[in-house]
Amino acid sequence: MREVAIVGLGQTPVREHWESNLRDLAVTALRDAMEDAGVDTVDGVCVGNMLSGALSEQEHLGSLIVDYAGLDGVEGMKIEAACGSGAAAIRMAVKAVSSGLMDAVGVVGVEKLTEYSGKYSTAALATAADADYETTMGLSFVGINALLMRRYLYEYKLQKEDFSIFPVNAHKNAVHNPNAMFRHAITNEQYAKSKLIADPINLLDSSPIADGAAAVIVVAKENISRYKGKAVDILACEVGTDTLAIDNREDPLWLRGVERSAKKAYYVSGLSPKDINIFEAHDAFSIITALSLEASGFTEKGNAIKFAERANIGINGTFPMNTSGGLKGRGHPVGATGVYQVVEAAQQLRGTVASPIQVENNKIAMAQNIGGSGATVITTILKQI
Amino acid sequence: MDIPRYWRLKNQRYRLQGKKCLDCGNLSFPPRLVCRKCKSRNCEPYEFKGMGTLYSYTTIFQAPDRFDQMAPYMVGLIDLEEGVRITAQLTDVLPDDVQIGMKLEMVIRQIYEDGPKGPILYGYKFRPVLKF
Ligand SMILES: [Zn+2]
Repeated sequence: MREVAIVGLGQTPVREHWESNLRDLAVTALRDAMEDAGVDTVDGVCVGNMLSGALSEQEHLGSLIVDYAGLDGVEGMKIEAACGSGAAAIRMAVKAVSSGLMDAVGVVGVEKLTEYSGKYSTAALATAADADYETTMGLSFVGINALLMRRYLYEYKLQKEDFSIFPVNAHKNAVHNPNAMFRHAITNEQYAKSKLIADPINLLDSSPIADGAAAVIVVAKENISRYKGKAVDILACEVGTDTLAIDNREDPLWLRGVERSAKKAYYVSGLSPKDINIFEAHDAFSIITALSLEASGFTEKGNAIKFAERANIGINGTFPMNTSGGLKGRGHPVGATGVYQVVEAAQQLRGTVASPIQVENNKIAMAQNIGGSGATVITTILKQI
Repeated sequence: MDIPRYWRLKNQRYRLQGKKCLDCGNLSFPPRLVCRKCKSRNCEPYEFKGMGTLYSYTTIFQAPDRFDQMAPYMVGLIDLEEGVRITAQLTDVLPDDVQIGMKLEMVIRQIYEDGPKGPILYGYKFRPVLKF
C-alpha cells in the first residue's frame, strides 16, 4: 500500500447560496483545489453528498460534476453516508490512491440545504436515522441527539449550561474564518436563553443548515514533488460503524462507531490520543462533541466537559478544538462537512489560516466526521510534512 | 403516502412483534433476519408485552413536516421488561410529569394523519402505567 497525501485544497464560503446551484458550488471548490495542486485533470472524482436527490431533485452527481468541471470522460461517483458523506468520499479516494489504482483523485463534498423550507430540510435530514422505527415515529434528527443529551445530563448530574463551552469556543474561532457562516461570538448567557428545538437541545447547541462545497486532491506521497500545492500527509482515514438506531445500542452514550474509527486511525498512524495537537470534532450538536471526545479516547466516559475546561480548547490552549469554527460556527452543509474539516485541518498544518486562529507548534491534526448519530464515523489524521 | 410501509409494519406497530433467536434466545426489536448475538438466521416472531421504563425523553418543538401540526410532542427511549430498548412517542402525560425511570405501558394511538383526506395511521405509543 502506498502512503497518501493532500496537495490541493478548495472551499466555497458556507452560506445560504441562493444564487448558486449544486454543480457550481462543487465545481468551484474542485477547480480551486486542482489549481492549488497545479493539475488540470485527475484520475477520478469522489463526490460526498447526502441530499441532492431529496432537496435538488438531482442524483447522478459523479458524472454531472465531472462534466461541468471540464473533466470530460473522467470517472466520478457519489458517496453517501449521511452527515459523514464528505470524509467517506475522502476515504474512497485514499483507498484508490494507496492501492495504486489511481495516482490523483479529486474529492469534493457538496450540499445544498436551502432550496426548500427548513421543515422540509429537517425531514430530509432525518433520513439519516432509521426510517421504519425512529423517523416515522415522529423523531427528528435533533430529537435523537436530545435523547442522548437528556440521558447524559441525568447520568453525570450535569446542568445543561455546562455544554456552552463547545458552541462558545466554536463561534469565537469562526469570527476569524472568512468562509464561516456565523462570524460572531456568542456568550454563555445567550446560550442559556436560546430557543429550545428538542428539549434539552436549543438553537445554540445546533449547527446551522447551510450550503457549501469543499475539495481536496489526494495523491501518492511518493509523487508530491510533481504538484504545486504544499503537501500534507494523510496518516490515517479510517471508518467505524454502529447501528443506525440509537435504541439498538447497548449504551447509547458510548459511540462505538467513534471508538472503532478512532482506534483504527491510531493503529494505522502509530499514534495515540496524546499525540494529537488539534482536533476538529463533529459538533453538529454539543452532546456529540462530548461523546466524541470520550469514545475517541481523549478522556474517560462522562468527563468530556471537565476535560474541555481543564485542557482549554481555545487556540492557545493545550487542546485546541474546532479552530475554524467547527460545524457550529462554520456551518454544516452535511455532505460537504467532512471535507471542510479536512481542508481546515490541512490549512492549520500549512500555517495558512488567519493569525488569530493559527495554532503554533501543531504537527498533527485529527478530524472526525460523523454520519447520523454515530452510525458511520470517519477519523482522519493529518501530519505536517 | 407510504401505505405499503404501514401495512408491512402492522405486526410491529400494533403488536410489538420482534424476533427471538431459536439458537441463543436473544430477543430483538425491530425484527432482524440475522441474530445480533450469534449470527444465526434461525429466528421466530416474538411479541413483547409492552411494559417498560423510561431511559430518556425529549419534547420536540421543531418537527419534521409530517408531524408539524402535532408539535410540541414527546418522544422517549423505553427499556422494555424483556431487555430490549425501543423508540416511541409518549402520550397521556405532561412534560413536567415525565421522569427517567418511570414505568410505562404501550397503547395504540394515532401516529399521524396524512392530510384532511388521507388515511390516519396508528401505532404504538407509551403512557405512564395506570394506577388503580
Ligand atoms: Zn442468536
